[in-house]
Amino acid sequence: MGQLKINHNMVTPEIAKNLVDVCPFNAISYSGNKLDISSACKMCKMCVKKGGGVIEYVEDTAIEIDKNAWRGVCVFVEHSDEKIHRVTYELCGKAKELASVTGHSVYALIIGNNLDAKAEKLLHYGVDKVFAYDNPAYKNFKMEPYAAAFYDFIQKIKPSSVLVGATNLGRQLAPRVAARCKAGLTADCTVLEMKSNTDLVQIRPAFGGNIMAQIISPNTRPQFCTVRYKVFSEPKPTADAKGEIIKMNMPTESLLSCIDIISTVKKPREVDISEADIIVAIGRGAMSESARKSASELAELLGGVVACTRPLAESNIFDAKHQIGLSGRTVKPKFIICFGISGAVQFAAGMKSSDCIVAVNTDATAPIFDVAHYAVVADATKIMGMLIEKIKEAKADVQ
Amino acid sequence: MNILVCIKQVPGSTNVEVDPITGVLKRDGIQSKMNPYDLYGLELGLSLIEKYGGKLEVITMGPPQAKEIVNEAICMGASGGTVLTDRRFAGADVLATAYTISQGIRKMGEFDLIICGKQTTDGDTAQVGSEVAEYLNLPNVSNVLSVEDVDESKITLSASMDEKLVEMSVKLPCLISVDGDINSPRLPSYKIKQTLTDDMIKFVSLDDFDDQNPQNYGLSGSATQVERIFPPDKNKEKITIGGDTAQQAESLFELISKLKLI
Repeated sequence: MGQLKINHNMVTPEIAKNLVDVCPFNAISYSGNKLDISSACKMCKMCVKKGGGVIEYVEDTAIEIDKNAWRGVCVFVEHSDEKIHRVTYELCGKAKELASVTGHSVYALIIGNNLDAKAEKLLHYGVDKVFAYDNPAYKNFKMEPYAAAFYDFIQKIKPSSVLVGATNLGRQLAPRVAARCKAGLTADCTVLEMKSNTDLVQIRPAFGGNIMAQIISPNTRPQFCTVRYKVFSEPKPTADAKGEIIKMNMPTESLLSCIDIISTVKKPREVDISEADIIVAIGRGAMSESARKSASELAELLGGVVACTRPLAESNIFDAKHQIGLSGRTVKPKFIICFGISGAVQFAAGMKSSDCIVAVNTDATAPIFDVAHYAVVADATKIMGMLIEKIKEAKADVQ
Repeated sequence: MNILVCIKQVPGSTNVEVDPITGVLKRDGIQSKMNPYDLYGLELGLSLIEKYGGKLEVITMGPPQAKEIVNEAICMGASGGTVLTDRRFAGADVLATAYTISQGIRKMGEFDLIICGKQTTDGDTAQVGSEVAEYLNLPNVSNVLSVEDVDESKITLSASMDEKLVEMSVKLPCLISVDGDINSPRLPSYKIKQTLTDDMIKFVSLDDFDDQNPQNYGLSGSATQVERIFPPDKNKEKITIGGDTAQQAESLFELISKLKLI
C-alpha cells in the first residue's frame, strides 16, 4: 500500500537525531551523514508525523477491485462427528447482523461426511444458504482436501466476508485458504462491524493486548477473520427453518491427501473454564496456599470453577487450561469474581465480555477495576473467608 | 534429513506500554529474545537429527539484530541460519510475511521438514506457518504434540484437534507447527558459542529472491491495513462496594444471593 521515502536533502544532524529518537522500534539510524531506515520498521509512520517532512509516506497506486462482485457473509461451520461446534452459531448470529448493513445474504459453508442433519440445523440460525461439501473423504480433517473445497466455494460463490471459528482446525485452515486467495486474514477478532461499502471492520487486541487495533482489508476479497468461541453471543434458534441447502461436488483428484490418519482418540473430558457459567479467578494477590484453598471452596459453593492468571499458570501452580487471557482461554461466564488480579489487558481481553464481573483487590488503581461491574477495594483473602462463612451459614439455614 | 526451523525475535516482555498522549510505544527496558514457542520447535528438530541424522538450519525475518537469535539457535545445535532483512519487508501482515519467508526458504534450498512454533508472543496470530505451507505447496499439520517416527518418505506424528488426538502419517516434505510445552528445550552451549563464526549466518534481501517485485512485500504486499489503534474500553457503569471488609463481604453476599448463585 505504500513506502517510506527519505528526503535526504532536508536531513540535518539535529533532525536526524530527533528522528532516531522518535522511532519506537529503533529502526532509524544515522551514521556517516546518512539517515537510513532498517527492516525493524513497522510502518507506524511516527517519523512521518514528527519528522517535519523529512520522511514521507508515498502511497502506491493500487488496482481497485470491484467490491460489488463479492457478496454475502459466510460462516465456516466447525463440527465434529456428532454435533456442530457452538462457535458456529455465535458466528451465524454475528453474520446476520453484519449482512443486514449491506443487504447481503448469510451463507454457511460445511465440509464433512453425512451432513444432512447438520445442514438442516443451520437453517434455524438465520442462514440463507448452506453450501455442503459432503463426501466420505471429508470424514477426518486433512488439509489439502478441505482447503480445495473451501477454495472452490470461494471461487464459485465469491463471498465478501468469511468468519471462521478460532479452533485448532479453523486456525490452520483459514490461513491456508486466505493465502490461496491472496486475501487478508485477521486472527482472534473481538469486535466485527460492517461498513456500507462492504469493508469488514475487524478489531483485535495487539501488542500483547495492551492496545486494540482496528483492521480492514480495503482492496482484497474475501475478508477472512477468525473469532474465538464465547466472544459473540449465541442467538436463539428459530422454530421454522428458512433458506436452502446446496450440495457441492468436487473432482475426485481434489480428495487426495499426503496425510493418512492412523487413529483418532477422543480427548478425555476436562474441566473447561470456557464452558463455565460461574468462575472464581485468582491472581498474584491471592496465590497463597490458603487463598487457593478458599478459592476452590468458594467455587464449589457457587457451583463454578477456579481459573487463574498467567503468572499462576506459568509458575505451574495451575494447569495452563485454567488460565484466562490472550495466551489462555477466553471465558464469558454469567458471573466472574476476580481475587487479587491486577487485570493486565491480556487477562481482561479473555474475560471482559462476561455478564457480571466482580473484582476484589487492595490496589484501588488496579486496571481490573476498569472492566469490573462491581469494585471491592479490600484484602482478597479476607473477603473470600468471610464470603465462604456467609454462604455456608445461608445454606445451613435452608437445610 | 534436512530440517528447517522458523524462528522470530520478539520483545522480551509483552508488557509494552503506550504513551497515552503521544501514542508512542514505550520501549525502555524492552529486550529482545527468541519467541518462546519457537524453542519447542527447535528442540523437536534437534532431537530428530540426533536420532535420525541430518542437519538443521533456521530462518528468521527481521532487522539485522535478529542474527542474535540465529546465534542462539546455532549454540543450541543448528548448523547455520538465514536472516531475511530488508526495509522493503517492513510493515508486513501475515500474507506478506508468509510470502517473504517462503521466498527465503526457496532460496535456502530443499528441506524434508519445516518446523514452526505455535505462534509468536508479539503477533499472537498462529497463522504464518499455514500460509508459508500454502506458498510452498506443502502439506501441513498444526498443533503437533510429538513425532513418533520418521523414515525416508514420511513422518508419523500426533496432533491435537479440538476434541480429538489424531495420529497420522504425513508424506515428506511437509511443514508442521508444534504446540507449546511439548518438550524441554535445551540451553545454548557455551562451548559452541566459542566457535561461532560469521559465515554461519547469511543475510538475504529482496535482491536475492526469485520474485523481486517490491509490491509483493512489506506494507505494499499486505492485504490488511491497520486503520487505527486505541486503548481498550473502560467499563463506565461501575458500582463500588464500600465500607469496612465485613460490610463489603456482606454486600457481596447480597449480590450473590440476588443473582441466584446460591
